[in-house]
Amino acid sequence: MAQNTTVPTAGHDEHHHENTVVFGFWVYLMTDCIIFGSLFATFAVLRNQFNGGPTPHELFEFGGLGLETALLLLSSITYGFGMIAAHKTQISSVIMWLGVTFLLGLGFVGLEVREFAHMIADGAGPDRSAFLSAFFTLVSTHGLHVTCGLIWIVTLMVQLMGTTEIPERMMNKLTCLSLFWHFLDIVWICVFTYVYLASMI
Amino acid sequence: MSNPNTSSSGESHGSVSSYLIGFVLAVILTVLSFGVVMSHSLAPTGTLAVLSVLALVQVLVHLHYFLHMGGDSEKRWNNIAFVFTIAFVSILIVGTVFVMANTSMNMMSR
Repeated sequence: MAQNTTVPTAGHDEHHHENTVVFGFWVYLMTDCIIFGSLFATFAVLRNQFNGGPTPHELFEFGGLGLETALLLLSSITYGFGMIAAHKTQISSVIMWLGVTFLLGLGFVGLEVREFAHMIADGAGPDRSAFLSAFFTLVSTHGLHVTCGLIWIVTLMVQLMGTTEIPERMMNKLTCLSLFWHFLDIVWICVFTYVYLASMI
Repeated sequence: MSNPNTSSSGESHGSVSSYLIGFVLAVILTVLSFGVVMSHSLAPTGTLAVLSVLALVQVLVHLHYFLHMGGDSEKRWNNIAFVFTIAFVSILIVGTVFVMANTSMNMMSR
C-alpha cells in the first residue's frame, strides 16, 4: 500500500523536475500578487481622502500616463521576442532583445521618477494627504519591482555574453524573468485603470 | 529544458505570431480604456464598468499570450496556485472596501 502511493508520486516528481524552479518562482509571484492586492485595497479605501490637498484631476495627465503604458507594453513584447530567440539558442539576438527591453523599462522608470519629482516639488508629496500616501506607496512599489527587473536583465545580459549555448539553468533564469516582467505589466494594467483612469473620470 | 520543450514549441512558450496577436489586442484594449475616459461619452458609473471589463479582458489577454497560462495538465499546480491567489486577493480587496465603507458610514465621516 505504501509502495503503491509512493511510486506514482516519485514518477510525477521526476517528470516535473525541470519545472520546479519555474514553479517556485511562480509561487513567489503569487505572494507578490497578494502584496499588490493589499496596496490596491488600501488605495481603494483612501482614494477620496484629499485633506484639502490636490485631487487626481489636478495631478494626473493623459500624455505621460499613455507614454509610460506604451513603453511597458512594448517592453513586454520585446522580452517575448528575446525568449523566442533563447529557445532557438540565438544568443546575440537574445542579448539584443534584452537590451531593447532594458531601455524601454529604463524609460518607464525615468518617466515615473520625473512624474514623482514634479509632484513632490509642487507640494503633492506622499505626506500631503492619505490619498497621496496610498498613491505613492502603490505606484512606487511597482516602480521598485521594475527597477529590480532592470538589474536582473543587465545581470542576465552579462552572464550570456561570450557563451555559445544556453544551459537549462540559464533557460530557467530567463523563463523566471519572463514571468516577472509580464507579471509587472499585468500589475500596471490595474494601476493605470484603477489608480489613474478611474480617478480621472 | 530545451529537449522536452521542442516537441511542443509553439504551444508552451509562444511564437512570434502569438506574441504579436497578444500585443495588438493589448494595444487595442489600452487605447479603448484611454478613449472611454478621455471622451467623457458615458456616465461615471458606466465608464467605471466599461474600464473594469476592459482591464479584465486585457489581464486575460496578457495571461494567455505572454504568460502562456492554459489548461494543460503540466501547469496544473501553477493554475491551482493562481486560482487560490485570485480568490485570496478578491476577498482581501472586496472585504477591505466593504468593511471600511461600512465603518465610515457608521462613524458619519462621509
